[in-house]
Amino acid sequence: MKSRTIKVDYLARVEGEGALYVKISDNTVTDVKFKIWEPPRLFEAFLRGRNYSEAPDITARICGICPIAYQMSSAHAMEGAFGVTVDRQVRALRRLIYCGEWIESHTLHVYLLHAPDFLGYEDAIQAAQDHPELVQRGLQLKKVGNDLMAFLGGREVHPINVRVGGFYKVPTKQELAPFVEKLKWARDAALETVRWTATLPFPDFEQDYEFVALRHPDEYAITEGRLVSNKGLDIALSEYDDHFVEEHVAYTNALRSVIKERGAYLVGPLARYNVNFDKLSPLAQQAARDAGLGPVCRNPFKSIIVRSVETLYACDEGLRIIDEYEMPEKPAVEVQPRAATGYGCTEAPRGILYHRYRVDDQGVILDAKIVAPTSQNQKSVESDLWQFVPKYMDLPTEELTWRCEQVIRNYDPCISCATHFLKLRIERD
Amino acid sequence: MPPAKGGSLIIGLGNQYRRDDAVGLTVARRLKEAAPAHVRVLEESGESTALMDSWQGADTVILIDAVHSGAKPGSLHRLDAHRQPIPTRFFHYSTHAFGAAEAIELARALGQLPPRLIVYGIEGKTFEAGLGLSPEVEKAAQEVVERVLGDLCYPAATEKMLNS
Repeated sequence: MKSRTIKVDYLARVEGEGALYVKISDNTVTDVKFKIWEPPRLFEAFLRGRNYSEAPDITARICGICPIAYQMSSAHAMEGAFGVTVDRQVRALRRLIYCGEWIESHTLHVYLLHAPDFLGYEDAIQAAQDHPELVQRGLQLKKVGNDLMAFLGGREVHPINVRVGGFYKVPTKQELAPFVEKLKWARDAALETVRWTATLPFPDFEQDYEFVALRHPDEYAITEGRLVSNKGLDIALSEYDDHFVEEHVAYTNALRSVIKERGAYLVGPLARYNVNFDKLSPLAQQAARDAGLGPVCRNPFKSIIVRSVETLYACDEGLRIIDEYEMPEKPAVEVQPRAATGYGCTEAPRGILYHRYRVDDQGVILDAKIVAPTSQNQKSVESDLWQFVPKYMDLPTEELTWRCEQVIRNYDPCISCATHFLKLRIERD
Repeated sequence: MPPAKGGSLIIGLGNQYRRDDAVGLTVARRLKEAAPAHVRVLEESGESTALMDSWQGADTVILIDAVHSGAKPGSLHRLDAHRQPIPTRFFHYSTHAFGAAEAIELARALGQLPPRLIVYGIEGKTFEAGLGLSPEVEKAAQEVVERVLGDLCYPAATEKMLNS
């Protein structure tokens, strides 16, 4: 077959503005570009000179879908820098609000953004006409996550209750109690979601990814752990910059991350699942097995099942936390700034979100670095396309284009998060 | 806030920091002052599921947002959601994967549209980062405030006039 170009100028059903370009010459893929053309956001630059205590609220503004991830990574980085350890129950509450974010974000993607690809619909509106109960279940499940975020975070979008050292306000055990019924319903709905997603048709496509995720000895890591991969990486957060590097590529406004020694890597639900399957709750493990997943899953299209398993886990874990909750004496511990560098990394719904701050002895931020999950996955998205297109080369262009878009949507990319930085170089003679 | 049962609800949509995209919020703020006390007024970012949640139980919902359809800046579009679908490219400048038009169409598909849903779209001129409406849009904002008050006070008369 002759030469073909696959172009999607405005990707649908992704958060933010991105584009795709694939060039095929004489039946060979010669070029793949996943372009992020949403303008750069420059958050790192305007964090400089601000007080350490402002970092959680400023960085929460980077994303309307995963603000908790930004608040947690920045709060942890500052707490690390100042040698602060939060109360055990405060830590648990942070995990709980994070569970809310996972439920909300994963459910939005599974039901409204990703499912139409498998069901053969243009969008969720069409899907809702034929499967109203299904979409209704998704909306209700998402709402449980939103409610949890709004309750613990003060409000749903850009929550305001997280601070360095803990929270501004913590609930009583009684105030949390109504969430037990909600989460029990959500857990059942999430289990149904796993069962339903397992019945979707998946292309036969596997990749030998390097999965990178946090790993914690006692739990399915969300807020703490070492950075671990299936290819031998096992490092403390402070070693991140020794192993990962961001490269600037001309056609995209997001920096692209690679592991220095090995190149592309994958973060997010699939990575967490593969690195930490043994840490999922028994219910989540069983549901995954019943859905036909083993402890290893290398098919990116099946990330929709894995997101559902993680949603189930988040409900299960939320119930456990509420059951063991006792209101801490103080919502936050005292923080004394000192000159230091702090590292924070937590598992945003789309994967590890790394923050590094250098602060002076007054707590003023001298330097900030933020690496969002979607920037880290950019290279894997492209490498999936390099492998995927040759297998489906014979499809008519329109269908192939649609399939390529699916390859991108497998990652639930959050393009707004990724465009955080642009390297600008002025050359003068 | 639990949704009020029945009653009228005004929702202004937009991003305060994207110039004319803020017009929905501006109109909502003015209506907070001008509308009768029993009318609820909300400002929302346009995320669809939050939107669908916020209008649950309301009888009349009036939604105001900036649009970008190629018409003259400041032009006013008034759509009755029960009479016509809302084009999903209408609210082009939302970066939400699932925005206001999707919320309306999804609610329609699920049989959850409020009994009366009016959408005011104000054609924006500039959506770049920054504060302040352009003069054409500012002028339109004031007109929308008056028309919404008309919708609220004389619903039957307004519909009759517009549909004749």
